[in-house]
Amino acid sequence: MRYLPKSESERREMLEACGVSTPEELFAHLPDAVRLNRPLDLAPGISEYEIVQYFRERADQNANGYASFLGAGVYNHYRPVLVDTVVSRGEFLTSYTPYQAEIAQGTLTTIFEFQTMICQLTGMDVANASMYDGSTAVPEAAMMAVRATGKGRVLVAKTVHPEYREVLGTYAKHQGMPVEEFGYVRESGALDLEDLERKMDDLTGAVIIQTPNFFGIVEQVKAAAEIAHKRGALLVVIFTEAVSLGLLEPPTDADIVAGELQSFAISPSYGGPYAGIIAVKEKYIRQVPGRLVGQSLDSRGNRAFCLTLSTREQHIRREKATSNICTNQALIALMATVFMTVYGKQGLRELAEQNLAKAHYLAGKLKPRFTGKFFNEFVVRAEGKTPEELNKQLLKKKIIGGLPLGRFYPELADSYLVCATEMTKRADMDALVAAAAAQPTAENVEVTA
Amino acid sequence: MIEKVTQHLSQNEPLLFERSSPGKKAYQLPELDVPAVDAAEALGAENVRREIEGFPEVSEVEAIRHFTRLSTWNYAIDYGMYPLGSCTMKYNPRINEQVARTEGLAWAHPYQPEALSQGCMEIMWSLEQALAEICGMDAVTLQPAAGAHGELTGILLIRALLEKRGNPRKKILIPDSAHGTNPATAAIAGYAVENIKSSETGGVDLATLEQLVTDDVAALMVTNPNTLGVFENNIARVAEILHRKGAMLYMDGANMNALVGIARPGDFGVDVMHLNLHKTFSTPHGGGGPGAGPVAVKKVLEPFLPTPRLKRSGKKLAFDYKRKHSIGRVKAFYGNFGVLVRALAYALAHGGPGLKNATMDAVLNAIYIRKALEPYFDLPYTSPSMHEVVFSDDRQAKLGVRTGEIAKRLIDYGFHPYTVSFPMIVHGALMIEPTETESKDEIDVFINAMISIAKEIETDPQMVKGAPYNTRTSKVDEVTAARKPVLRWKP
Repeated sequence: MRYLPKSESERREMLEACGVSTPEELFAHLPDAVRLNRPLDLAPGISEYEIVQYFRERADQNANGYASFLGAGVYNHYRPVLVDTVVSRGEFLTSYTPYQAEIAQGTLTTIFEFQTMICQLTGMDVANASMYDGSTAVPEAAMMAVRATGKGRVLVAKTVHPEYREVLGTYAKHQGMPVEEFGYVRESGALDLEDLERKMDDLTGAVIIQTPNFFGIVEQVKAAAEIAHKRGALLVVIFTEAVSLGLLEPPTDADIVAGELQSFAISPSYGGPYAGIIAVKEKYIRQVPGRLVGQSLDSRGNRAFCLTLSTREQHIRREKATSNICTNQALIALMATVFMTVYGKQGLRELAEQNLAKAHYLAGKLKPRFTGKFFNEFVVRAEGKTPEELNKQLLKKKIIGGLPLGRFYPELADSYLVCATEMTKRADMDALVAAAAAQPTAENVEVTA
Repeated sequence: MIEKVTQHLSQNEPLLFERSSPGKKAYQLPELDVPAVDAAEALGAENVRREIEGFPEVSEVEAIRHFTRLSTWNYAIDYGMYPLGSCTMKYNPRINEQVARTEGLAWAHPYQPEALSQGCMEIMWSLEQALAEICGMDAVTLQPAAGAHGELTGILLIRALLEKRGNPRKKILIPDSAHGTNPATAAIAGYAVENIKSSETGGVDLATLEQLVTDDVAALMVTNPNTLGVFENNIARVAEILHRKGAMLYMDGANMNALVGIARPGDFGVDVMHLNLHKTFSTPHGGGGPGAGPVAVKKVLEPFLPTPRLKRSGKKLAFDYKRKHSIGRVKAFYGNFGVLVRALAYALAHGGPGLKNATMDAVLNAIYIRKALEPYFDLPYTSPSMHEVVFSDDRQAKLGVRTGEIAKRLIDYGFHPYTVSFPMIVHGALMIEPTETESKDEIDVFINAMISIAKEIETDPQMVKGAPYNTRTSKVDEVTAARKPVLRWKP
């Protein structure tokens, strides 16, 4: 087999050195009862060519050649060629976690650059080396706020990504961390500050909001921070659309920023792998979960980097660790690092401006349901048909429409969330607008059971 | 003698921010096909930032050189063996990288209609089936993002089942040889941790276990083979003791590379386990991630698996969101799909018989190293090894050289160090796992390096203690890094 680099004679030689004549004898000490005494019920191995064919056929079963207006936490942005060029280098791709600093300066240096750029983007002082993704960064941020304040209750805005809230719920259930939600203003689609104020109490350790929120609306971070801080809670700000930070004021009033970097050259890849971040104010540095890279000197006096503050982590602290997290998303974080490098200070802004322009072009023709300011996605009420019916019609034109909101917000069952990025073509937007405006006909509302 | 490496020039490179100068660009956006929008007007002037202070500005050529130069400062599997114990650093087949980038897969949006996602779902389905067969379990969830995340999922499943039976119980038992994520996970799942001292042979001591398994115990988390590389021969008895008291057996699948095709956890009493696809199934570590940590369970735990669950009716696959006993979601969407693609590509390449051959070679390599190094290093536990072997530095420590120092000297010989000082039950551990993808030549060079270092320690221990000498970065001052943390660049 091509992944096993031994000739038969070498294998025999090694077996002999081990004092056995067949590989099976190496397992003779296992009790019979635990042995699998039959071959695995899996087909025999196949060639590289057949593997390529297999996955091509699977890809052909998926949507191909469709224009898409889906966002909702996963965005369609161009991936600069440099990104895969860099992450395909074996030195990055096939290296281990950089515990051995002398031979891992490549990874360590890029993570240090990553941490720096995340701080610059978010306005925080410290960023970790990445989390699994945005959704799991939310409970980690909540647990951190609870540790830092000694208060267990968590308030989360309904405008935070619904699946992120579900993940928070799963983690919170068994930690004496009651989670409650607060609402949004029906007109603006922005978080309801009055509801937040009403639900705040002195037992609340974390207030969690998202900006731009799940409806695409830019939230009032400062006002939410004031309400949280007045009662001694920390404000956690989530983002799912990292490109928005090219234009939007960084959430400096937050204590913790947790987000998803999928927008930074990470393929949608049917939901992962992505990279999450946690960035915090300086004073919470020892409460941060996950790996951190720090700067130091080597014994010759040269600048060098190493993993640091590991006394927070599970391999040292075991059950008293700040989190059970071990893996970070180093290679995915590297994609984001290369992306940020390619676009840089000017490019990220220009990219954000293009997203803004595309979405506002579309919004000029499809009336947004909410009045709040938005970045590159917004909610639309379907006219004369359900969002599902509209999407069905669009599929015939090879367009995947927006996300019908009924599955997450029953009160918005007549609405859908649309997204436009720099990749969205004007002609496709016009086609979406035409379909949305078209009167229902027997043909285009035909619904299958 | 150092066989594997020769020093060569290594490029210097400053940080991006030091490279940066205003106006440099590595990008060009297409012309807008819609009218530009005034950001202050669209977003509100108070919401628009002036600039991203400090963000880099470099040209394309400088960008590629920057990352290429940095890359050469890393060791990697593509350079050679990584003898890290319980980390299973095996070759990462390149075909996996290519197929994961197939356009219809890489650009699939998680919310695109299920009818237009059947290819992705078919891949997940096939992987679930293959992993269930390999583990001897009834159902698999692919949602967890990494090993520790899989552990958390597994323990929450146990909790949910016990809760439904009337009492979630209070404690998780964990052997003192376990990986640190095990106790950290138990704590996050709301359990107290009770450590079990290992037996004289390094395994779970049945008498101690009998004593500790009370009605308060929810589960035992065990790694098998354990972190000594030794198979728990009593595992079926362990399961029996737990089950008799209504407790569950959780298996950390970190060492599954020793078992695939040879023995199945489901057949020896395990109720729930996770796999590390970035170990056993060859997906790249990428300098620390991404991983994937699927969880396999027995039927009794299936109702509690995270939502959504893949379900097949005829040819069609669909996600089932209506599962009232589910523990809920542990991650947005369906899992680290791109990693799952790579793992399936690996399983397809080997096929059933091939996977078993891989296991046999992995074990052969470990035992071959054990035989060759036994005359030079102490072997505190002499039970038969599986895929890894753990020595202690007792003999070398008498001459003043500890495992960490031997590991650093190994770097000068062109190898990544083995795992140092773990498991904690071995004083001064040297934990070595070669995996099946090392050639006899590479292993022989490694063995020679270890023997050479053992001899150096006898003649010149001080020299060994100063290693590494030949790296571009020498020993890093980790104490200062932690005492005065500098975690970002500042002008």
